Amino acid sequence: MDIFLQQLINGITLGSVYALVALGYTMVYGIIGLINFAHGEVVMIGAMVSLTVVTSLLGMHAPLPAALIILVALFVAIIVCMTIAYGMEKIAYRPLRKAPRLAPLITAIGVSIILQNLALMIWGRNYLTFPPLIQPTAHNIFGASMTDLQMLIVVLAALLMGGLMFIVQRTRLGMAMRATAQNPQVAGLMGIDINVVISAAFVIGAALAAVAGLMVMTYYGIAHYYMGFLLGLKAFTAAVLGGIGNLAGAMLGGVLLGVIEALGAGYIGDVSNICGFPLLSDSMQQQCAASDGQVSLFGSNYQDVFAFFVLILVLIFRPSGLLGERVSERA
Amino acid sequence: MSNAQARDQTVTAHGRSKSIPPRVWAGVVLIAVALAVLPFAAALIGQAWVRILNFAMIYVMLALGLNIVVGFAGLLDLGYIAFYAVGAYMYALLASPHFNIHLPFWVILPMGAGLACIFGVLLGAPTLKLRGDYLAIVTLGFGEIIRIFLNNLNAPVNVTNGPQGINLIDPFRIDGFALSKAGPVLGIPFSGPQKYYYVLLLLTIIVIVINLRLQDSRLGRAWEAIREDEIAAKAMGINTRNVKLLAFAMGASFGGIAGGIFSATQEFVSPESFGLFESIIVLAMVVLGGMGNIPGVILGAVMLTLLPEVLRYTMEPLQYALFGRVWIDAETIRLLVFGLALVAIMLLRPAGLWPSAVRKRELEVARAPEGAE
Amino acid sequence: MTQLTLLTAKDISKRFGGVQALGDVSFTINHGEIYGLIGPNGAGKTSLFNVLTGIYVPDGGSFTFDGEPLDRLKPNDVAERGIARTFQNIRLFQNLSALENVMIGRHVRSKAGVFGAILRDKNTLAEEAAIEKRSYELLEYVGVAKRANDLAKHLAYGDQRRLEIARALATEPKLLALDEPAAGMNATETQALKRLLEDIRRDGMTILLIEHDMKLVMSVCDRVLVLDYGRKIAEGTAAEVQNDPKVIAAYLGGEVSLNLKGA
Repeated sequence: MDIFLQQLINGITLGSVYALVALGYTMVYGIIGLINFAHGEVVMIGAMVSLTVVTSLLGMHAPLPAALIILVALFVAIIVCMTIAYGMEKIAYRPLRKAPRLAPLITAIGVSIILQNLALMIWGRNYLTFPPLIQPTAHNIFGASMTDLQMLIVVLAALLMGGLMFIVQRTRLGMAMRATAQNPQVAGLMGIDINVVISAAFVIGAALAAVAGLMVMTYYGIAHYYMGFLLGLKAFTAAVLGGIGNLAGAMLGGVLLGVIEALGAGYIGDVSNICGFPLLSDSMQQQCAASDGQVSLFGSNYQDVFAFFVLILVLIFRPSGLLGERVSERA
Repeated sequence: MSNAQARDQTVTAHGRSKSIPPRVWAGVVLIAVALAVLPFAAALIGQAWVRILNFAMIYVMLALGLNIVVGFAGLLDLGYIAFYAVGAYMYALLASPHFNIHLPFWVILPMGAGLACIFGVLLGAPTLKLRGDYLAIVTLGFGEIIRIFLNNLNAPVNVTNGPQGINLIDPFRIDGFALSKAGPVLGIPFSGPQKYYYVLLLLTIIVIVINLRLQDSRLGRAWEAIREDEIAAKAMGINTRNVKLLAFAMGASFGGIAGGIFSATQEFVSPESFGLFESIIVLAMVVLGGMGNIPGVILGAVMLTLLPEVLRYTMEPLQYALFGRVWIDAETIRLLVFGLALVAIMLLRPAGLWPSAVRKRELEVARAPEGAE
Repeated sequence: MTQLTLLTAKDISKRFGGVQALGDVSFTINHGEIYGLIGPNGAGKTSLFNVLTGIYVPDGGSFTFDGEPLDRLKPNDVAERGIARTFQNIRLFQNLSALENVMIGRHVRSKAGVFGAILRDKNTLAEEAAIEKRSYELLEYVGVAKRANDLAKHLAYGDQRRLEIARALATEPKLLALDEPAAGMNATETQALKRLLEDIRRDGMTILLIEHDMKLVMSVCDRVLVLDYGRKIAEGTAAEVQNDPKVIAAYLGGEVSLNLKGA
């Protein structure tokens, strides 16, 4: 039972990060129907840029307070990511808005590869470590532990998501975005500048991605030029799980996916423990005896597979996602 | 032109005409001669180039297989490399010291095709009803799942040997003679890769012929109908689900065969070779060459195999000459150029470098400003 | 009487969210007749087509076609049973030639599969030749043979409509369902279409025809079904329907005298 709560906490933390990234996917998809393959790379760039800022600030003579360093890093990362996203949309996606779906998807893949390799050129091939700025003080909650960092991540993510909902529901820009998502043509006719709305979607998503990148890096302590791919894919899964195009869905999907992954990784060892089965071969029985009755068919190294399975199952059985509309097709 | 005359000159939208003029025959003979002496010409530059030619042919097979799925039937598959992996690992498991089984290649290759075909059906059955971009993501997930399994199926039972891969894989053997070893045939000296070249050339030609025949058949037309307008295709009595499954299955089979060949020529496989990036490269070959257009796809495959090698052989010496050191290693340049090429082609020539007339019209109309129709 | 009847519809209903697209629609179509389906816009005509051809599943009611029920069949199975259709907005295979479009229509009556395609055995080759020949004949029948090798999207509008009919005919249907084939045609083209429809009927086909062009409907249809707001308001010969006050009211928005008089 204790690992359940622990994994739940871990899952909610990771899930909050997924949610932030998922929002970027869902906003873009909701408005222009494009899966922004390169969004994961934007997260990665956010992480890398923050790392660079942090390490250079730490290297200065007069030590600045940790909070300030992080804020500055965040600020710079957000600006950089927003710029990249804006450029991406303007140069690579806007000309293809009317092309068949395949074209912008391939372009997105191309942009993703370019960003990855630019990062490779700038930051190198190795895993980079993040200096521990936040003390890992853990708090005991009913037998499980939650660190300051985890709390910070969850709270910050919640605040950002709240802020986004505010923008979308209560501001003119938000209304314009919702209108464009429903019917771009009519929105244009009503005087909304579609290009501004679409750029806004990309740029806001990128800002959230930058924060998410910093969070991931502080949480795991490492950054790598390839980290965006898997994270992006999982976040996309979360968006689909919650109902693509639906903001609340992206948030729900993100947290849910994080929890599924954490619980899965925690329990898969037990669930696939074959030592209880009869008919084991001799060598298997020896392994069981040697490892205290625990030989798992699938270990936590299969963790990444969970996200993919969730994705496939959701798309097959409930493609509109948890909160999405059931779309009926009229011929 | 009268009706009778029009009928005699039946030319399909693929530009294929019934009677082949002598000009074309001359061209065919020329190409045949060129292909026959190519490995010797390449060997003059270096044996490595013969190996690169062999690789190009494997990629041609892969690209043609994916072309059935993406080009003919219009289904976006981002995890195609999984079928390649299945074929490769099947060969590795049945022709190496790993399990100490050593079946001959002409037994394993069809088995690999068969297993890949089964996987294709397993993947396609629940997913082919999905919309285009969703299908793309699902297939991508499938490809990743296969790779993760290959990487981790080494405990508790060692099936795939995990990230270390399987090595010492048997080469093709004919009459007990391994193709990988140099030796004379009919008195002419052949190196290992050169011997493989001719076997691969034969296989590739067979694959090309099969693809050409598929395209110009009742099944090929059904695929095109689905790609053009699925609802109309259904209304005309086409069982779209089965026909799409067939596309997946056929594409997968070619992938499986190519995978087995890859295993044998490399004599080593590891999960690294079967990631998302490889799926994307094959997709790029199909897209850049012109989707659905067989000669275009062959061109795309050859170009995308040769170009990076050319880059590798020129970029690093060039940087040494200019800067005295290598700033960016060839691998990164290759990838950067690849990414840029993908974006550039989509923006400038989305129908591919040598598109079939069909696709070109489709994409050009979409890019035209409103009201131009 | 049952040998005369080709299609019977009984109490067909279909709802889309809050809209009752079809409500208890019943009618019969006899062999060899041209049966018209008319009604104001939104009356449910195309919905009826879509339910008949398996694109939608009806919420209630059933069809009996040629003696057998048409229960929840998929569109391709409906075509195989012998109902072929055209579409209101023309759904040709735009980037394929006219000939190829019709050849695809032959798909359901031919059988070469993967092995036939690859091996090109005698039977497959014979089948392919037959498909091409038959397709050509159909193109000549509807009058677009001259454009056999042109891409469908390059055909003149009227030719595209005819091509769609040829493609439907290629499936060897027992019932040909046409959705507004005369839409967008001028008087000359409509006359030519009328002659084509009469030829098709003369050659033994039964036709179900949605149309807005009243002159065409009245001159070529044997019987007519009138829908309004998803319900049948009249069925009979063209003349009977033309003079029916309920039909006139539906089209012209005249007085609805039925309910106001009380039970």
